[in-house]
Amino acid sequence: MKYLSSHEWLKQNGNLAKIGISAFAAEELGDIVFVDLPEVGDEVIANETFAEIESVKAVSEVNSPVSGTVVAVNEAVVDSPESVNEDALEAWFIEVEVTEVSDKLLTEDEYQASIE
Amino acid sequence: MTKRTALYDTHIKYGGKIVEFAGYELPVQYKNGIIFEHNIVRNGVGLFDVSHMGEVLITGENAENALQKLVTNRVSTIAENQCRYTLMCYASGGIVDDLLIYKYNTKKYLLVVNAANVDKDFDWIINNLDEGAKAENISNGITQIAIQGPKSKDVLSKITDMSKIPEKMYHFADNIDVGGIECLVSTTGYTGESGYEVYCDNKFASKLYEILMTAGSEFDIQPIGLGARDTLRFESSMPLYGHELTKDTLATEVGLDMFVKLDCDFIGRDALVANKPKYERIGLILIDKGIAREHFEVLDKEGNIIGMTTSGGICPTIGGAYAMARVLLSSDTEEVYIQVRNKRLLAKRVDLPFYKRSK
Repeated sequence: MKYLSSHEWLKQNGNLAKIGISAFAAEELGDIVFVDLPEVGDEVIANETFAEIESVKAVSEVNSPVSGTVVAVNEAVVDSPESVNEDALEAWFIEVEVTEVSDKLLTEDEYQASIE
Repeated sequence: MTKRTALYDTHIKYGGKIVEFAGYELPVQYKNGIIFEHNIVRNGVGLFDVSHMGEVLITGENAENALQKLVTNRVSTIAENQCRYTLMCYASGGIVDDLLIYKYNTKKYLLVVNAANVDKDFDWIINNLDEGAKAENISNGITQIAIQGPKSKDVLSKITDMSKIPEKMYHFADNIDVGGIECLVSTTGYTGESGYEVYCDNKFASKLYEILMTAGSEFDIQPIGLGARDTLRFESSMPLYGHELTKDTLATEVGLDMFVKLDCDFIGRDALVANKPKYERIGLILIDKGIAREHFEVLDKEGNIIGMTTSGGICPTIGGAYAMARVLLSSDTEEVYIQVRNKRLLAKRVDLPFYKRSK
């Protein structure tokens, strides 16, 4: 698993990748009440915002660790945003057919160190 | 420089996540989160530190008349030991603050005002108080703890003689022994649930808090932060200064006409009589997916801007995303759009309050 310093995780599987936010980010946000995701077929660009996530008190941007085309959107997260708080590493937002990977990715250890 | 209430160490002890609010360091939430705390208050009992609120004492032979000149609600009919909600206006009819008047007698009133407005309110009062009355800002020495939720009475019963506590809402009793501490207890609150606000001297702050937590532990009492304080008042559609009420909103444009008595003589009355209200406060429920916050534009079905949201968010108990908005009286508001960043979300008008507790 890889991370962006802005707390998004990336799980790659061949040329497909799933993206979510870290447990640390979910904890910092507090109760998540709404996730606004792109649609299947939309393009995402590495290091740029592709979604918004809302907690009770605030709106935060979610950045993509990859460039590519959205091939799947996790409706479960849209229907039950609290699932992100319950298990952030399982609650994927989108699956992307990857054309390019961010040059700013951190390893798990590097990410953990960054949030100490 | 930020201030701390006398309960700061208590908040740290209970794991409060501290943020800055109205110049004070206060907990926005505790470890189980805002929604958990909101539900605790709706179904059980919670404790809030509201010591950042301001208290101003008005005393003197002419206190009643001097106070009436400052406030929109009728002062002469407040009974001893009764609390009355009111607005305070500028000469323009715009709002200085909303506040509670606690009447001891015609020569002594306690005003409880918003934390963010204490200095402004006190200056306003001092500059506009008639002869024969004196105002004292006693905020700094007072700790105020709110205990709110259907189990509040059960908790309080364990530590005080309930025969001395008012039964009806919006009343108070002073010099009450609560767990051995001398307190003022009022049947007031800002959550839409039954409950009390308990005032004591700062030196007893943490002792009183712990006495309440201990008495409440069999009812699963929890400390509650500012986050849930806002979701609770928002779900109950209670106005918040700086949102629904501002210096640019007329006292007759905020859906609080019940508390504005135009036959009384107060600063701002003439302007309110001369200037008919152009706006009203309405409730909206989001139909399209998304959450509206404050200060988003509201548009009619044709796309004309008719106003803006003043508060918005989710309502955890009733479910859904809602907003309160200030819109032109002339508009058709059955269905509107709210401009949420780059999206226009459809919303439908609903009655206020969004939530009302059942008897």
